[in-house]
Amino acid sequence: MGRDRLRVVCYSLVMGVALLGIWQASVAGNAPGQGLPGPAAVARAAGEMLANPFYNNGPNDKGIGLQLLASLGRLAVGYAVASLVAIALGVVLGLSPALYRAVNPYIQILKPISPLAWMPLFLYTIRDSGWAAVLVIFMSSLWPTLANTAFGVVNIKRDYLHVAAILQLPWWRRLMQVILPAAAPAIVAGLRISIGSAWVAIVAAEMLIGGTGIGYFVWNEWNNLALTSVIFAIIAIGLIGVLLDAGLGRLSRRLAWSE
Amino acid sequence: MRFLDIDHVSKDFAGVSVFSDVAFSIAEGEFVTMIGHSGCGKSTLLNIIAGLEQPSAGGVVLSGREITGPGMDRMVVFQNFSLMPWMTVFDNIRLAVRAAHPDWSRRRVAEWVQRYVDMVGLTGAEAKRPAALSGGMRQRVGLARAFSTEPKVLLLDEPFAQIDALTRGVIQDELVRMWSASRNTVFMVTHDVDEAILLSDRIALMTKGPNARLAEIIPVKIPRPRTRAELIDDPEYLRLRNHILHFLVEAAQRPGAAEVEIAASTGRLPSMDT
Repeated sequence: MGRDRLRVVCYSLVMGVALLGIWQASVAGNAPGQGLPGPAAVARAAGEMLANPFYNNGPNDKGIGLQLLASLGRLAVGYAVASLVAIALGVVLGLSPALYRAVNPYIQILKPISPLAWMPLFLYTIRDSGWAAVLVIFMSSLWPTLANTAFGVVNIKRDYLHVAAILQLPWWRRLMQVILPAAAPAIVAGLRISIGSAWVAIVAAEMLIGGTGIGYFVWNEWNNLALTSVIFAIIAIGLIGVLLDAGLGRLSRRLAWSE
Repeated sequence: MRFLDIDHVSKDFAGVSVFSDVAFSIAEGEFVTMIGHSGCGKSTLLNIIAGLEQPSAGGVVLSGREITGPGMDRMVVFQNFSLMPWMTVFDNIRLAVRAAHPDWSRRRVAEWVQRYVDMVGLTGAEAKRPAALSGGMRQRVGLARAFSTEPKVLLLDEPFAQIDALTRGVIQDELVRMWSASRNTVFMVTHDVDEAILLSDRIALMTKGPNARLAEIIPVKIPRPRTRAELIDDPEYLRLRNHILHFLVEAAQRPGAAEVEIAASTGRLPSMDT
Protein backbone atom coordinates (compact mmCIF):
# COMPACT_ATOMS: atom_id res chain seq x y z
CA MET A 1 0.00 0.00 0.00
CA GLY A 2 1.40 3.40 -0.98
CA ARG A 3 1.92 6.18 1.54
CA ASP A 4 -0.85 8.28 0.00
CA ARG A 5 -3.29 5.45 0.15
CA LEU A 6 -2.44 4.76 3.77
CA ARG A 7 -3.06 8.41 4.56
CA VAL A 8 -6.44 8.35 2.80
CA VAL A 9 -7.50 5.27 4.76
CA CYS A 10 -6.45 6.95 8.01
CA TYR A 11 -8.46 10.08 7.20
CA SER A 12 -11.49 7.94 6.36
CA LEU A 13 -11.29 5.97 9.58
CA VAL A 14 -10.82 9.09 11.70
CA MET A 15 -13.83 10.74 10.06
CA GLY A 16 -15.98 7.63 10.53
CA VAL A 17 -15.07 7.26 14.18
CA ALA A 18 -15.64 10.99 14.77
CA LEU A 19 -19.08 10.85 13.13
CA LEU A 20 -20.12 7.84 15.17
CA GLY A 21 -18.78 9.56 18.31
CA ILE A 22 -20.76 12.75 17.66
CA TRP A 23 -23.86 10.70 16.92
CA GLN A 24 -23.48 8.64 20.10
CA ALA A 25 -22.76 11.74 22.20
CA SER A 26 -25.79 13.61 20.83
CA VAL A 27 -28.20 10.83 21.82
CA ALA A 28 -26.48 9.96 25.12
CA GLY A 29 -28.92 12.01 27.22
CA ASN A 30 -32.03 10.32 25.79
CA ALA A 31 -34.00 7.98 28.01
CA PRO A 32 -34.06 4.38 26.68
CA GLY A 33 -36.61 4.03 23.89
CA GLN A 34 -36.96 7.80 23.55
CA GLY A 35 -35.58 10.03 20.78
CA LEU A 36 -33.23 8.90 18.01
CA PRO A 37 -31.32 5.70 18.69
CA GLY A 38 -27.53 5.94 18.81
CA PRO A 39 -25.02 3.82 16.91
CA ALA A 40 -24.70 1.34 19.77
CA ALA A 41 -28.44 0.65 19.72
CA VAL A 42 -28.40 0.34 15.91
CA ALA A 43 -25.48 -2.06 16.13
CA ARG A 44 -27.37 -4.21 18.65
CA ALA A 45 -30.45 -4.26 16.39
CA ALA A 46 -28.26 -5.05 13.41
CA GLY A 47 -26.72 -7.96 15.30
CA GLU A 48 -30.17 -9.37 16.01
CA MET A 49 -31.36 -8.90 12.42
CA LEU A 50 -28.25 -10.41 10.89
CA ALA A 51 -28.35 -13.38 13.27
CA ASN A 52 -31.45 -14.61 11.46
CA PRO A 53 -31.86 -12.64 8.22
CA PHE A 54 -34.11 -15.09 6.37
CA TYR A 55 -36.92 -15.88 8.84
CA ASN A 56 -40.47 -15.58 7.63
CA ASN A 57 -43.27 -15.07 10.17
CA GLY A 58 -45.98 -13.97 7.77
CA PRO A 59 -46.55 -10.90 5.64
CA ASN A 60 -45.55 -8.25 8.17
CA ASP A 61 -42.59 -9.99 9.79
CA LYS A 62 -39.79 -11.15 7.51
CA GLY A 63 -36.00 -11.11 7.97
CA ILE A 64 -34.04 -8.27 6.39
CA GLY A 65 -32.26 -10.77 4.10
CA LEU A 66 -35.58 -11.84 2.57
CA GLN A 67 -36.60 -8.21 2.14
CA LEU A 68 -33.37 -7.34 0.39
CA LEU A 69 -33.63 -10.40 -1.84
CA ALA A 70 -37.15 -9.40 -2.82
CA SER A 71 -35.91 -5.95 -3.80
CA LEU A 72 -32.89 -7.32 -5.65
CA GLY A 73 -35.13 -9.78 -7.52
CA ARG A 74 -37.37 -6.96 -8.77
CA LEU A 75 -34.30 -4.93 -9.60
CA ALA A 76 -32.77 -7.80 -11.57
CA VAL A 77 -35.86 -8.35 -13.72
CA GLY A 78 -36.72 -4.70 -14.34
CA TYR A 79 -33.11 -3.66 -14.89
CA ALA A 80 -32.23 -6.56 -17.19
CA VAL A 81 -35.25 -6.02 -19.44
CA ALA A 82 -34.75 -2.24 -19.45
CA SER A 83 -31.07 -2.63 -20.33
CA LEU A 84 -31.79 -4.97 -23.24
CA VAL A 85 -34.49 -2.66 -24.59
CA ALA A 86 -32.36 0.45 -24.05
CA ILE A 87 -29.25 -1.01 -25.72
CA ALA A 88 -31.22 -2.37 -28.68
CA LEU A 89 -33.10 0.89 -29.18
CA GLY A 90 -29.98 2.94 -28.55
CA VAL A 91 -28.06 1.07 -31.25
CA VAL A 92 -30.90 1.57 -33.74
CA LEU A 93 -31.12 5.29 -32.96
CA GLY A 94 -27.35 5.66 -33.01
CA LEU A 95 -27.13 4.10 -36.46
CA SER A 96 -29.95 6.18 -37.90
CA PRO A 97 -29.43 9.92 -37.41
CA ALA A 98 -32.85 10.80 -38.85
CA LEU A 99 -34.66 8.41 -36.51
CA TYR A 100 -32.55 9.69 -33.62
CA ARG A 101 -33.62 13.25 -34.28
CA ALA A 102 -37.24 12.20 -34.71
CA VAL A 103 -37.37 10.22 -31.45
CA ASN A 104 -35.21 12.54 -29.37
CA PRO A 105 -37.99 15.04 -28.40
CA TYR A 106 -40.05 12.19 -26.93
CA ILE A 107 -37.06 10.90 -25.00
CA GLN A 108 -36.41 14.38 -23.66
CA ILE A 109 -40.02 14.61 -22.42
CA LEU A 110 -40.07 11.12 -20.91
CA LYS A 111 -36.64 11.29 -19.30
CA PRO A 112 -37.33 13.83 -16.51
CA ILE A 113 -40.52 12.06 -15.37
CA SER A 114 -40.03 10.43 -12.00
CA PRO A 115 -40.46 6.69 -12.55
CA LEU A 116 -42.87 6.70 -9.59
CA ALA A 117 -45.27 8.96 -11.48
CA TRP A 118 -46.10 5.98 -13.70
CA MET A 119 -47.11 3.85 -10.73
CA PRO A 120 -50.89 4.60 -10.83
CA LEU A 121 -51.03 3.76 -14.53
CA PHE A 122 -49.11 0.53 -14.00
CA LEU A 123 -51.33 -0.46 -11.06
CA TYR A 124 -54.44 0.31 -13.08
CA THR A 125 -53.36 -1.53 -16.21
CA ILE A 126 -51.61 -4.62 -14.87
CA ARG A 127 -53.38 -4.84 -11.50
CA ASP A 128 -50.41 -6.44 -9.77
CA SER A 129 -48.39 -4.36 -7.36
CA GLY A 130 -45.26 -6.53 -7.61
CA TRP A 131 -45.08 -6.19 -11.38
CA ALA A 132 -45.94 -2.51 -11.12
CA ALA A 133 -42.80 -2.06 -9.00
CA VAL A 134 -40.77 -3.99 -11.58
CA LEU A 135 -42.10 -1.64 -14.24
CA VAL A 136 -41.05 1.34 -12.13
CA ILE A 137 -37.54 -0.12 -12.09
CA PHE A 138 -37.80 -0.59 -15.84
CA MET A 139 -38.71 3.06 -16.34
CA SER A 140 -36.01 4.30 -14.00
CA SER A 141 -33.21 2.35 -15.66
CA LEU A 142 -34.24 2.84 -19.29
CA TRP A 143 -33.22 6.40 -20.11
CA PRO A 144 -29.58 6.65 -19.00
CA THR A 145 -28.66 3.46 -20.85
CA LEU A 146 -30.67 4.46 -23.91
CA ALA A 147 -29.16 7.93 -24.12
CA ASN A 148 -25.61 6.69 -23.53
CA THR A 149 -25.90 3.84 -26.01
CA ALA A 150 -27.20 6.12 -28.74
CA PHE A 151 -24.45 8.63 -27.95
CA GLY A 152 -21.79 5.91 -27.97
CA VAL A 153 -22.96 4.48 -31.30
CA VAL A 154 -23.28 7.90 -32.97
CA ASN A 155 -19.70 8.66 -31.99
CA ILE A 156 -18.13 5.43 -33.28
CA LYS A 157 -15.25 6.43 -35.51
CA ARG A 158 -16.21 6.08 -39.16
CA ASP A 159 -13.00 4.17 -39.80
CA TYR A 160 -14.20 1.19 -37.78
CA LEU A 161 -17.47 1.13 -39.70
CA HIS A 162 -15.53 1.46 -42.95
CA VAL A 163 -13.47 -1.60 -42.07
CA ALA A 164 -16.65 -3.48 -41.23
CA ALA A 165 -18.14 -2.39 -44.55
CA ILE A 166 -15.07 -3.43 -46.54
CA LEU A 167 -15.02 -6.82 -44.79
CA GLN A 168 -18.75 -7.05 -45.54
CA LEU A 169 -19.44 -8.39 -42.08
CA PRO A 170 -22.96 -9.75 -41.70
CA TRP A 171 -25.11 -7.48 -39.50
CA TRP A 172 -24.84 -9.58 -36.35
CA ARG A 173 -21.05 -9.77 -36.53
CA ARG A 174 -20.92 -6.08 -37.31
CA LEU A 175 -23.02 -5.57 -34.17
CA MET A 176 -21.16 -7.96 -31.89
CA GLN A 177 -17.61 -7.35 -33.05
CA VAL A 178 -17.61 -3.72 -34.07
CA ILE A 179 -20.58 -1.62 -32.94
CA LEU A 180 -21.11 -2.95 -29.41
CA PRO A 181 -17.41 -3.16 -28.45
CA ALA A 182 -16.79 0.29 -29.90
CA ALA A 183 -19.67 1.78 -27.93
CA ALA A 184 -19.15 -0.43 -24.86
CA PRO A 185 -17.50 2.22 -22.65
CA ALA A 186 -20.42 4.61 -23.20
CA ILE A 187 -22.99 1.83 -22.80
CA VAL A 188 -21.53 0.64 -19.51
CA ALA A 189 -21.39 4.22 -18.23
CA GLY A 190 -25.13 4.38 -18.94
CA LEU A 191 -25.74 1.01 -17.27
CA ARG A 192 -23.91 2.29 -14.21
CA ILE A 193 -26.08 5.40 -13.92
CA SER A 194 -29.17 3.26 -14.54
CA ILE A 195 -28.51 0.77 -11.77
CA GLY A 196 -28.02 3.64 -9.35
CA SER A 197 -31.32 5.28 -10.23
CA ALA A 198 -33.09 1.90 -10.24
CA TRP A 199 -31.87 1.16 -6.72
CA VAL A 200 -33.01 4.60 -5.61
CA ALA A 201 -36.44 4.08 -7.19
CA ILE A 202 -37.09 0.59 -5.81
CA VAL A 203 -37.14 1.82 -2.20
CA ALA A 204 -39.79 4.43 -2.94
CA ALA A 205 -41.79 2.05 -5.13
CA GLU A 206 -41.88 -0.60 -2.43
CA MET A 207 -43.03 1.93 0.14
CA LEU A 208 -46.02 2.51 -2.12
CA ILE A 209 -46.87 -1.08 -3.02
CA GLY A 210 -46.21 -2.73 0.36
CA GLY A 211 -45.87 -6.49 0.78
CA THR A 212 -42.17 -7.25 0.56
CA GLY A 213 -38.94 -5.50 -0.21
CA ILE A 214 -36.50 -3.28 1.62
CA GLY A 215 -38.54 -0.16 0.90
CA TYR A 216 -41.62 -1.73 2.43
CA PHE A 217 -39.46 -2.89 5.35
CA VAL A 218 -38.32 0.67 6.06
CA TRP A 219 -41.88 1.95 6.00
CA ASN A 220 -43.20 -0.94 8.12
CA GLU A 221 -40.50 -0.46 10.75
CA TRP A 222 -41.33 3.25 10.84
CA ASN A 223 -44.95 2.31 11.53
CA ASN A 224 -43.65 0.06 14.31
CA LEU A 225 -41.53 3.00 15.52
CA ALA A 226 -38.50 0.67 15.31
CA LEU A 227 -36.03 3.38 14.30
CA THR A 228 -33.00 1.17 14.90
CA SER A 229 -34.29 -1.10 12.13
CA VAL A 230 -34.94 1.87 9.88
CA ILE A 231 -31.41 3.17 10.34
CA PHE A 232 -29.88 -0.24 9.78
CA ALA A 233 -31.98 -0.71 6.65
CA ILE A 234 -30.77 2.66 5.35
CA ILE A 235 -27.17 1.57 5.86
CA ALA A 236 -27.86 -1.77 4.15
CA ILE A 237 -29.42 0.03 1.16
CA GLY A 238 -26.30 2.18 0.88
CA LEU A 239 -23.92 -0.76 1.06
CA ILE A 240 -25.79 -2.74 -1.56
CA GLY A 241 -25.80 0.33 -3.79
CA VAL A 242 -22.02 0.45 -3.47
CA LEU A 243 -21.72 -3.23 -4.37
CA LEU A 244 -23.95 -2.86 -7.44
CA ASP A 245 -21.90 0.09 -8.63
CA ALA A 246 -18.63 -1.70 -7.99
CA GLY A 247 -19.81 -4.66 -10.07
CA LEU A 248 -20.48 -2.39 -13.04
CA GLY A 249 -17.21 -0.58 -12.38
CA ARG A 250 -15.42 -3.89 -12.91
CA LEU A 251 -17.35 -4.51 -16.11
CA SER A 252 -16.43 -1.03 -17.31
CA ARG A 253 -12.72 -1.67 -16.73
CA ARG A 254 -12.95 -4.98 -18.59
CA LEU A 255 -14.59 -3.41 -21.62
CA ALA A 256 -12.50 -0.25 -21.69
CA TRP A 257 -10.13 0.27 -24.60
CA SER A 258 -7.85 3.05 -25.73
CA GLU A 259 -6.72 3.95 -29.22
CA MET B 1 -5.45 -5.18 -69.89
CA ARG B 2 -8.06 -2.93 -68.29
CA PHE B 3 -8.28 -4.61 -64.92
CA LEU B 4 -9.19 -1.58 -62.85
CA ASP B 5 -10.73 1.19 -64.90
CA ILE B 6 -11.18 4.66 -63.45
CA ASP B 7 -13.72 5.89 -65.95
CA HIS B 8 -13.94 9.70 -66.08
CA VAL B 9 -14.60 10.11 -62.39
CA SER B 10 -15.53 13.50 -60.91
CA LYS B 11 -16.27 14.43 -57.34
CA ASP B 12 -18.00 17.54 -56.00
CA PHE B 13 -18.43 18.56 -52.39
CA ALA B 14 -21.21 21.05 -51.71
CA GLY B 15 -21.23 22.24 -55.31
CA VAL B 16 -17.45 22.71 -55.49
CA SER B 17 -15.49 20.41 -57.75
CA VAL B 18 -12.72 18.55 -55.92
CA PHE B 19 -11.47 16.87 -59.06
CA SER B 20 -13.03 16.16 -62.39
CA ASP B 21 -12.76 13.82 -65.34
CA VAL B 22 -10.04 11.58 -63.92
CA ALA B 23 -9.57 8.66 -66.28
CA PHE B 24 -6.89 5.98 -66.28
CA SER B 25 -6.69 2.26 -65.90
CA ILE B 26 -4.49 -0.11 -63.97
CA ALA B 27 -3.40 -3.47 -65.31
CA GLU B 28 -3.62 -6.62 -63.23
CA GLY B 29 -0.62 -6.89 -60.90
CA GLU B 30 0.41 -3.30 -61.51
CA PHE B 31 1.48 -0.88 -58.77
CA VAL B 32 0.21 2.63 -59.49
CA THR B 33 0.75 5.59 -57.19
CA MET B 34 -1.01 8.92 -57.23
CA ILE B 35 0.81 12.04 -56.07
CA GLY B 36 -0.73 15.44 -55.63
CA HIS B 37 -1.09 18.35 -53.31
CA SER B 38 -3.28 18.34 -50.26
CA GLY B 39 -6.86 18.88 -51.36
CA CYS B 40 -6.48 17.44 -54.85
CA GLY B 41 -8.87 14.68 -53.81
CA LYS B 42 -6.53 11.74 -54.19
CA SER B 43 -7.72 10.14 -50.96
CA THR B 44 -11.29 10.77 -52.07
CA LEU B 45 -10.56 8.95 -55.33
CA LEU B 46 -9.14 6.05 -53.33
CA ASN B 47 -12.30 5.97 -51.22
CA ILE B 48 -14.39 5.93 -54.38
CA ILE B 49 -12.44 2.93 -55.66
CA ALA B 50 -12.91 1.33 -52.24
CA GLY B 51 -16.66 1.93 -52.57
CA LEU B 52 -16.74 4.00 -49.38
CA GLU B 53 -17.70 7.14 -51.30
CA GLN B 54 -19.76 7.66 -54.45
CA PRO B 55 -18.45 9.59 -57.47
CA SER B 56 -20.43 12.64 -58.59
CA ALA B 57 -19.92 11.56 -62.20
CA GLY B 58 -18.25 8.66 -63.94
CA GLY B 59 -17.54 5.30 -62.37
CA VAL B 60 -15.00 2.66 -61.50
CA VAL B 61 -14.97 -0.76 -63.13
CA LEU B 62 -13.07 -3.69 -61.64
CA SER B 63 -12.59 -6.72 -63.93
CA GLY B 64 -15.65 -5.83 -65.94
CA ARG B 65 -17.98 -5.03 -63.03
CA GLU B 66 -18.88 -1.56 -61.88
CA ILE B 67 -18.10 -0.78 -58.25
CA THR B 68 -21.20 0.19 -56.30
CA GLY B 69 -20.01 -0.32 -52.72
CA PRO B 70 -17.22 -1.70 -50.56
CA GLY B 71 -16.17 -5.30 -51.03
CA MET B 72 -13.60 -7.88 -50.05
CA ASP B 73 -11.97 -7.72 -53.47
CA ARG B 74 -10.58 -4.28 -52.51
CA MET B 75 -8.80 -3.98 -49.18
CA VAL B 76 -7.75 -0.61 -47.83
CA VAL B 77 -4.66 0.13 -45.74
CA PHE B 78 -5.51 3.34 -43.90
CA GLN B 79 -3.24 6.22 -43.03
CA ASN B 80 -4.44 6.05 -39.42
CA PHE B 81 -4.26 2.23 -39.39
CA SER B 82 -7.96 1.82 -38.41
CA LEU B 83 -7.37 -1.24 -36.30
CA MET B 84 -10.08 -2.22 -33.86
CA PRO B 85 -8.59 -1.00 -30.57
CA TRP B 86 -10.58 -3.47 -28.46
CA MET B 87 -9.13 -6.43 -30.36
CA THR B 88 -5.71 -7.98 -30.13
CA VAL B 89 -3.32 -8.01 -33.08
CA PHE B 90 -4.34 -11.59 -33.78
CA ASP B 91 -8.07 -10.87 -33.59
CA ASN B 92 -7.76 -7.85 -35.87
CA ILE B 93 -6.29 -9.99 -38.61
CA ARG B 94 -8.61 -12.88 -37.83
CA LEU B 95 -11.65 -10.63 -38.30
CA ALA B 96 -10.56 -10.13 -41.90
CA VAL B 97 -9.59 -13.75 -42.56
CA ARG B 98 -12.89 -15.06 -41.20
CA ALA B 99 -14.73 -12.54 -43.35
CA ALA B 100 -12.82 -13.68 -46.43
CA HIS B 101 -13.23 -17.39 -45.68
CA PRO B 102 -16.44 -17.99 -43.75
CA ASP B 103 -16.30 -21.69 -44.59
CA TRP B 104 -12.87 -22.30 -43.03
CA SER B 105 -12.47 -24.13 -39.73
CA ARG B 106 -11.29 -22.12 -36.74
CA ARG B 107 -7.99 -23.93 -36.85
CA ARG B 108 -7.37 -23.19 -40.49
CA VAL B 109 -8.22 -19.54 -39.92
CA ALA B 110 -5.85 -19.40 -36.94
CA GLU B 111 -3.00 -20.94 -38.94
CA TRP B 112 -3.57 -18.50 -41.77
CA VAL B 113 -3.60 -15.54 -39.38
CA GLN B 114 -0.40 -16.75 -37.74
CA ARG B 115 1.28 -16.95 -41.13
CA TYR B 116 0.63 -13.27 -41.76
CA VAL B 117 1.55 -12.29 -38.21
CA ASP B 118 4.90 -13.99 -38.79
CA MET B 119 5.24 -12.45 -42.23
CA VAL B 120 5.14 -8.90 -40.87
CA GLY B 121 7.45 -9.75 -37.99
CA LEU B 122 4.89 -9.45 -35.19
CA THR B 123 5.46 -12.94 -33.82
CA GLY B 124 5.10 -12.71 -30.06
CA ALA B 125 2.91 -9.60 -30.18
CA GLU B 126 -0.28 -11.50 -31.17
CA ALA B 127 -2.01 -10.88 -27.86
CA LYS B 128 -1.21 -7.18 -27.69
CA ARG B 129 -3.75 -4.52 -28.39
CA PRO B 130 -2.99 -1.74 -30.89
CA ALA B 131 -2.64 0.85 -28.11
CA ALA B 132 0.44 -1.07 -26.92
CA LEU B 133 2.11 -0.90 -30.35
CA SER B 134 4.17 1.77 -32.10
CA GLY B 135 2.86 3.35 -35.28
CA GLY B 136 5.13 1.17 -37.38
CA MET B 137 3.92 -2.01 -35.69
CA ARG B 138 0.30 -0.93 -36.05
CA GLN B 139 0.70 -0.44 -39.77
CA ARG B 140 2.30 -3.88 -40.00
CA VAL B 141 -0.95 -5.21 -38.58
CA GLY B 142 -2.79 -3.10 -41.14
CA LEU B 143 -0.72 -4.60 -43.96
CA ALA B 144 -1.13 -8.13 -42.60
CA ARG B 145 -4.87 -7.62 -42.35
CA ALA B 146 -5.09 -6.39 -45.93
CA PHE B 147 -2.79 -9.00 -47.48
CA SER B 148 -4.28 -11.90 -45.49
CA THR B 149 -7.54 -11.71 -47.43
CA GLU B 150 -5.69 -11.86 -50.77
CA PRO B 151 -7.73 -9.08 -52.36
CA LYS B 152 -7.72 -8.38 -56.07
CA VAL B 153 -6.80 -4.78 -55.37
CA LEU B 154 -4.91 -3.21 -52.51
CA LEU B 155 -5.69 0.43 -51.81
CA LEU B 156 -2.97 2.15 -49.79
CA ASP B 157 -4.03 5.54 -48.43
CA GLU B 158 -0.80 7.29 -47.40
CA PRO B 159 0.07 4.19 -45.44
CA PHE B 160 3.41 5.44 -44.15
CA ALA B 161 2.54 9.09 -43.45
CA GLN B 162 2.13 8.59 -39.71
CA ILE B 163 5.21 6.44 -39.25
CA ASP B 164 8.53 7.90 -38.22
CA ALA B 165 11.09 8.29 -41.01
CA LEU B 166 13.44 5.51 -39.89
CA THR B 167 10.74 2.90 -39.49
CA ARG B 168 9.09 4.00 -42.72
CA GLY B 169 11.90 2.63 -44.86
CA VAL B 170 11.81 -0.75 -43.14
CA ILE B 171 8.08 -1.11 -43.60
CA GLN B 172 8.29 0.02 -47.23
CA ASP B 173 10.75 -2.81 -47.77
CA GLU B 174 8.32 -5.21 -46.12
CA LEU B 175 5.53 -3.97 -48.37
CA VAL B 176 7.74 -4.56 -51.42
CA ARG B 177 8.57 -8.07 -50.21
CA MET B 178 4.94 -8.98 -49.56
CA TRP B 179 3.76 -7.45 -52.80
CA SER B 180 6.50 -9.24 -54.80
CA ALA B 181 5.17 -12.52 -53.45
CA SER B 182 1.47 -11.79 -53.88
CA ARG B 183 1.48 -9.48 -56.93
CA ASN B 184 -1.79 -7.83 -56.02
CA THR B 185 -2.87 -4.86 -58.05
CA VAL B 186 -2.07 -1.80 -55.97
CA PHE B 187 -3.34 1.76 -56.02
CA MET B 188 -1.46 3.96 -53.57
CA VAL B 189 -1.87 7.59 -52.63
CA THR B 190 1.06 9.46 -51.15
CA HIS B 191 2.84 12.77 -50.61
CA ASP B 192 6.22 11.13 -50.68
CA VAL B 193 7.99 11.31 -54.04
CA ASP B 194 10.79 8.88 -53.07
CA GLU B 195 8.29 6.37 -51.80
CA ALA B 196 6.32 6.60 -55.03
CA ILE B 197 9.40 5.99 -57.20
CA LEU B 198 10.63 3.14 -55.02
CA LEU B 199 7.35 1.24 -55.13
CA SER B 200 5.51 2.09 -58.33
CA ASP B 201 5.27 0.86 -61.90
CA ARG B 202 3.58 4.12 -62.84
CA ILE B 203 3.01 7.41 -61.07
CA ALA B 204 -0.10 9.52 -61.66
CA LEU B 205 0.27 13.25 -61.05
CA MET B 206 -2.68 15.39 -60.03
CA THR B 207 -2.86 19.14 -60.46
CA LYS B 208 -3.69 21.27 -57.46
CA GLY B 209 -7.30 21.33 -56.23
CA PRO B 210 -10.01 22.49 -56.22
CA ASN B 211 -11.12 21.18 -59.59
CA ALA B 212 -7.96 19.09 -59.80
CA ARG B 213 -7.22 17.06 -62.91
CA LEU B 214 -5.04 14.16 -63.80
CA ALA B 215 -2.01 15.82 -65.43
CA GLU B 216 0.08 12.88 -66.55
CA ILE B 217 1.06 9.32 -65.76
CA ILE B 218 4.78 8.60 -65.73
CA PRO B 219 6.14 5.08 -66.07
CA VAL B 220 8.97 4.20 -63.66
CA LYS B 221 11.44 2.25 -65.78
CA ILE B 222 13.80 1.26 -63.02
CA PRO B 223 14.18 -2.53 -62.91
CA ARG B 224 13.05 -4.42 -59.83
CA PRO B 225 14.01 -5.41 -57.24
CA ARG B 226 14.77 -1.86 -56.21
CA THR B 227 16.46 -0.91 -53.00
CA ARG B 228 16.65 2.53 -51.56
CA ALA B 229 20.42 2.35 -51.38
CA GLU B 230 20.82 1.72 -55.14
CA LEU B 231 18.03 4.09 -56.05
CA ILE B 232 19.82 7.15 -54.70
CA ASP B 233 22.50 6.98 -57.41
CA ASP B 234 20.28 5.82 -60.24
CA PRO B 235 20.15 8.52 -62.97
CA GLU B 236 16.62 7.50 -63.93
CA TYR B 237 15.58 7.96 -60.31
CA LEU B 238 17.09 11.44 -60.20
CA ARG B 239 15.42 12.35 -63.48
CA LEU B 240 12.00 11.15 -62.29
CA ARG B 241 12.36 12.82 -58.93
CA ASN B 242 13.25 16.15 -60.55
CA HIS B 243 10.45 15.80 -63.04
CA ILE B 244 7.85 15.15 -60.36
CA LEU B 245 9.09 17.89 -58.03
CA HIS B 246 9.15 20.41 -60.90
CA PHE B 247 5.63 19.41 -61.77
CA LEU B 248 4.46 19.85 -58.21
CA VAL B 249 6.12 23.25 -57.89
CA GLU B 250 4.72 24.48 -61.20
CA ALA B 251 1.30 23.08 -60.42
CA ALA B 252 1.39 25.19 -57.30
CA GLN B 253 2.05 28.52 -59.02
CA ARG B 254 -1.29 29.51 -57.61
CA PRO B 255 -1.47 30.83 -53.99
CA GLY B 256 -0.36 28.29 -51.42
CA ALA B 257 2.87 27.45 -53.19
CA ALA B 258 5.02 27.93 -50.11
CA GLU B 259 4.56 24.39 -48.87
CA VAL B 260 5.86 23.06 -52.16
CA GLU B 261 9.11 24.98 -51.74
CA ILE B 262 9.65 22.88 -48.64
CA ALA B 263 8.75 19.80 -50.59
CA ALA B 264 11.28 20.60 -53.26
CA SER B 265 14.05 20.76 -50.71
CA THR B 266 13.06 17.65 -48.75
CA GLY B 267 11.49 15.51 -51.46
CA ARG B 268 8.43 15.23 -49.28
CA LEU B 269 5.25 17.22 -49.20
CA PRO B 270 3.81 18.21 -45.86
CA SER B 271 1.08 15.74 -45.08
CA MET B 272 -2.18 17.54 -44.66
CA ASP B 273 -4.71 15.34 -46.39
CA THR B 274 -7.25 13.76 -44.16
